[in-house]
Amino acid sequence: MDSHSHSHSQVDGSFDESHDSFSNNSFNESFIELDGVEKVFDVRKKTGFMRSERREVRAVDSISFRVARGEMVGYIGPNGAGKSTTIKMLTGILTPSGGRLRVAGIDPSRERTRLARRIGVVFGQRTTLWWDLPLIDSYKLMHRMYRIPDARYRENLDRCVELLELADLLDVPVRQLSLGQRMRGDIAAALLHDPEVLYLDEPTIGLDVISKARVREFLRDLNAERGTTVLLTTHDLQDIEQLCSRVMVIDHGRLMYDGPLTGLHEVGDSERTLVVDLERELPPVEVPSARVVRVEGPRQWLAFPASESAAPLVARIAAEYPLVDLSVREPDIEAVIAKMLHSMRDTPKPPPEQAERSGRAAS
Amino acid sequence: MRARLLRFGPDALGKAGVVGSGRLYAAVAAGGFRRYATYRAATLAGVFTNTVFGVILAYTYIALWDERPHLGGYDQSQALTYVWLGQALLTTMCVMGTGFEEELIERIRTGDIAIDLYRPADLQLWWLAQDLGRALFQLLGRGLIPFVLGAWLFDLSLPASPLTWLAFLVAVALGVLVSYSFRFLVALAAFWLMDGAGITQMAWLAGVFCSGMVLPLNVFPGVLGEVVRALPWAALIQAPADVLMGEADLLGTFAFQAGWAVALLGAGRLLQVVATRRVVVQGG
Repeated sequence: MDSHSHSHSQVDGSFDESHDSFSNNSFNESFIELDGVEKVFDVRKKTGFMRSERREVRAVDSISFRVARGEMVGYIGPNGAGKSTTIKMLTGILTPSGGRLRVAGIDPSRERTRLARRIGVVFGQRTTLWWDLPLIDSYKLMHRMYRIPDARYRENLDRCVELLELADLLDVPVRQLSLGQRMRGDIAAALLHDPEVLYLDEPTIGLDVISKARVREFLRDLNAERGTTVLLTTHDLQDIEQLCSRVMVIDHGRLMYDGPLTGLHEVGDSERTLVVDLERELPPVEVPSARVVRVEGPRQWLAFPASESAAPLVARIAAEYPLVDLSVREPDIEAVIAKMLHSMRDTPKPPPEQAERSGRAAS
Repeated sequence: MRARLLRFGPDALGKAGVVGSGRLYAAVAAGGFRRYATYRAATLAGVFTNTVFGVILAYTYIALWDERPHLGGYDQSQALTYVWLGQALLTTMCVMGTGFEEELIERIRTGDIAIDLYRPADLQLWWLAQDLGRALFQLLGRGLIPFVLGAWLFDLSLPASPLTWLAFLVAVALGVLVSYSFRFLVALAAFWLMDGAGITQMAWLAGVFCSGMVLPLNVFPGVLGEVVRALPWAALIQAPADVLMGEADLLGTFAFQAGWAVALLGAGRLLQVVATRRVVVQGG
């Protein structure tokens, strides 16, 4: 209950703060601004021969938030929560049904082409690159499309090629690239025109550990050196942990949480798992602040709160048991969110307006 | 509505904007040319197929014109010229599909189209530029060799005047424009149909029949002939062929082709405005 109201006060808090200065220098204060933004789709459903029923689906239901210039924010939620719809509205290919939305002071859906020159978009599962032609051809096209000054283009290209290790790939047709190589190629393509904000949708999906690390490191540097604002959608908790100081959780089109990642763990009471290999089969380990959830021969699984350090727990087990090996498993982001949302729905007295609305969205 | 039709944005109104757009779409057209140039084996196989079909059709036409001399107003040599022009322009005009529209339909179906819309480029112009690059490659890569072989094997009636050849190239360019604008409409239909297989097949069938791939449109009898000669497909092969063989009123033919191009491009532009509002629903 506490955590619930806490997270919402954060949402409202950030709203009020920037609201005062909004009309004067909103540009410096907040780069992305949403005030009660809604998107309602009319879905027609067949109910019989020649008959259909119109139904409203609220994909995004009165969302308000601010993102400051240079912030790196994780935007997460279950499938169908409204993440993509939000991003489509932010890029201007979707017009909100209600509310107010500004990116860099521009109303995206009215001036999509003007805004397009200032944003970069990367989709993990889609590509902007020219499939049949060498990678470099797609970059030359970006050069023309965004009218990047020649010197700037060469400088940015050199930088991306070096940091994303693309030198050997420039002359390779895109269809011959591996997924990780293509992903790096796509990220470079989105950055050649110095976008002020980068929208990333699942940028590490399907990548191996090394490729993931390389992409994350690049994004961190980009944010630190260029001050590029980044909005990141992902199902990989490590992406968020390593990149974002702030997380927004959306569910049924509503903003459920806005704050640091650690707070998310607290709200959801999520647990990490410590896997220990003992010398031999033993009865379940007994330690405070952790409970054994599974035993398989000499291997045991212990669950402990995600917000606590694993170090004292490991020290204790090592001291009292014949410990051979161990590993710590992070909770799956879906599990964390599911738990968080679950605990929020269980709150004794949810604000009546919200209960009604999310009920409608779920129907 | 007005703002959307003027999609090119304020910078396109200036001189620098026009030059910038020109350079972009020139680069896109060059890319379209090289994409098709990449697949050399496919091009060779295509040249072979067109030549073989040309020979088969040529002998069929010879048999037909022996029975019915001056059918449709053509003598036998003109009929053979028509055959080889048809083979040369078959892929250039995408009479049987397999142009950009299949790729665009796939992008609409999978939702990849969203990426195209994030970019500061106009959808219709982008694909037009790419298709012009493709058409130029296929005219040179797939059209030229079968036509030269045909002219070597058979007695064709070809003009001596370079001006006629120039007029022929203008008619081909206008034909490509009509072909493109029709296929753009077909592709955009995927926004509503969710699956483009049915409509591409219908377009394929209409294309083969109405463009005069099977028989010259001059040969079609009565009202049917009147109708097919007025439809946009007549701009693809029949119009350039008649220009080359000096059977057509030049300005009238160009006006017919340009008229269809403008009408179909305009319809495509309107459909694009409506369609981009629907983009959302597919693929989250």
